[in-house]
Amino acid sequence: MEWLQQLINGISLGSIYALIALGYTMVYGIIKLINFAHGEVFMVGSFIGFISISVWGLGFFPALLLSMTACAIFGVLIERIAYKRLRNATRIAALITAIGVSLLIQNGVIYIRGAQPAAYPDVFANTSYNFFGAQISSQAILILSVSVALMLILQFIVHKTKIGKAMRAVSHDAEAAKLMGINVDNIISATFAIGSALAGAAGVIFGVYYTKIDPLMGVIPGVKAFVAAVLGGIGIIPGAMVGGLVLGVVETVVSALGFSLWRDAAAFIILILILIFRPAGIFGKNTREKV
Amino acid sequence: MKLNKITGLFAASILTVGVLAGCGAKNDTDGKDGKAAEEGETIKIGLNLELSGAVASYGSSEAEGIELAIEEINKAGGIDGKTIVPIKMDNKSESSEATSAAIKLITKDKVVAIIGAATSGNTVAQVEIANKNKTVLISPSGTSETVTINKDGKVNEFAFRTSFIDPFQGTVAANFAANELKVKNVAIYSDNASDYSKGLASSFKKDFEAAGGKIVAEEFYIAKDSDFRSILTRIKSSNPEFIFIPGYYEEVGLIVKQAREMGITVPLMGADGWDSPILLDLAGEKALNNTFTTNHYSSEDPDGIIQDFNKKFGEKYNGKKPDSFNALGYDTVYLLADAIKRAGSTDSTKIKEALEATKDLGLVTGLYSVDENHHPIKSATILEYKDGAQIFKTKVNP
Repeated sequence: MEWLQQLINGISLGSIYALIALGYTMVYGIIKLINFAHGEVFMVGSFIGFISISVWGLGFFPALLLSMTACAIFGVLIERIAYKRLRNATRIAALITAIGVSLLIQNGVIYIRGAQPAAYPDVFANTSYNFFGAQISSQAILILSVSVALMLILQFIVHKTKIGKAMRAVSHDAEAAKLMGINVDNIISATFAIGSALAGAAGVIFGVYYTKIDPLMGVIPGVKAFVAAVLGGIGIIPGAMVGGLVLGVVETVVSALGFSLWRDAAAFIILILILIFRPAGIFGKNTREKV
Repeated sequence: MKLNKITGLFAASILTVGVLAGCGAKNDTDGKDGKAAEEGETIKIGLNLELSGAVASYGSSEAEGIELAIEEINKAGGIDGKTIVPIKMDNKSESSEATSAAIKLITKDKVVAIIGAATSGNTVAQVEIANKNKTVLISPSGTSETVTINKDGKVNEFAFRTSFIDPFQGTVAANFAANELKVKNVAIYSDNASDYSKGLASSFKKDFEAAGGKIVAEEFYIAKDSDFRSILTRIKSSNPEFIFIPGYYEEVGLIVKQAREMGITVPLMGADGWDSPILLDLAGEKALNNTFTTNHYSSEDPDGIIQDFNKKFGEKYNGKKPDSFNALGYDTVYLLADAIKRAGSTDSTKIKEALEATKDLGLVTGLYSVDENHHPIKSATILEYKDGAQIFKTKVNP
């Protein structure tokens, strides 16, 4: 039952990628910005969760909520301070700013607490269940269910609420949305808030599942989540979820076949192949750029 | 870097003032040695250590041991009346930083010798500069062969080390697995991004197979990974009775934890790279049961010199129990001080010759002699983790 075990490993990893990828894709969908600081929001969320659990003694769910709230505020702050004034600048200027923000946050955290890693405390009594010969830990089950629940809530917000409708309108055509009386600035902030809250949640989940967190932890998952978002079709929410899961499973399969040293390369080979053969991603429709 | 320099100077001036007040003025008679005449009554030693970054815990631990030893030597009147002044640099656990720190220490601060770095890679990054400028370089814990032997198999003249070398740790682990644990089928899981890990893995493999054992799986990870579950699943399906994981604590902590979660209950073994309190935080007490490490020393060892060191270390650092990096840092200073004393000068070539002649020097981490490859001949200790504590298991001589 090695394969079942590997599939479970892959889905757990993939659901974390998916949560981060959602933030990338939402922000891209609405302002066409690849927010490279997103991986750092994930890292900050992880540290907030760590402090709430180990210093303030909160449980997993309060820590998750606290981290999501704090990250939502943090995401909006980043948007208001760094990106808002660049809204009409070239896209490359905004992209470079995003990289700058990312470096600033990484080094800011290193300056505050040092670069040494921290270990997440055990929040659950970890029991393993035997499932057709594969070991599933209670942690993995909880993490999967939290990720799925968050994605369902997101789908609900985007498709059934007024703010979700407004977000879709702005992403479709910001000018027209403005004419219809939608406050575009607020909607963009809301998008950042939701995306960052998901990254914060991913940070706490990552900490609980993988134990080790450090100020540079956001870099690789951030880049992988970006690949996942492109794979699913950047700007498309279900695409990010599927892209994340596919990427997690592919990486695990590559390791399982004995090519563990190629695991990271696999993600980037996928990125290159997607960009060459299907730049719109799995779920993307080929649309022509408006002139 | 600026800060370090200022604190270094500050510490230096305090030490100098203290000692000058203690012993009366001493005329400098040492005319033939330009360096010593210029510096007067002090011997400058550069510390090039990992004080931040990935393996900060090694470097900082060594700095504690080094500072304790320097304090003791200075209190006892220094080396032939000269006080030791440490100049501390942080190489941020990166080899490029280690190189530039070494250049600065040698050319600007004109140190007599450099102690550091804690890891082999960061030491190798300084070797060429040390050789070129004829400055003695001693790594407290660089266990890779490449620290003292260069690519062409020649000895790096000015490079020395306090710790034993990698192949020795791999050999000890292989013998321990074959003879004490009596296992036949083992797996090796090593870090492909680290020479240290690869070196240990290959010597373990050679000696374990020579002892009649079988390697059923040989897998790799890359430093900074956090997900090891898929490879552990692979290892598990090959049914090993023992897994050798010669890595550094940051990854090993996670590997041990994830392995136990997946129901891998066999003994796990590593080397001195495991030795950090962070390992315990990452893996957790329970997961670490039934794991072994080879190490330089154990504070539980009943030997008199070790118990004495424990006491002095505890007094300086609020009752803290020294780990082996503390001990190696401490020993490195005594090794160097012994050589400077026997050389009777701070001339680097003479210190180097004295170091090469070191024989049966009694250090905390064992009796120390140097062979012709600048490899120490000394003992190794095997420790077992029990409920989060390292228990002294046995001592192995070369």
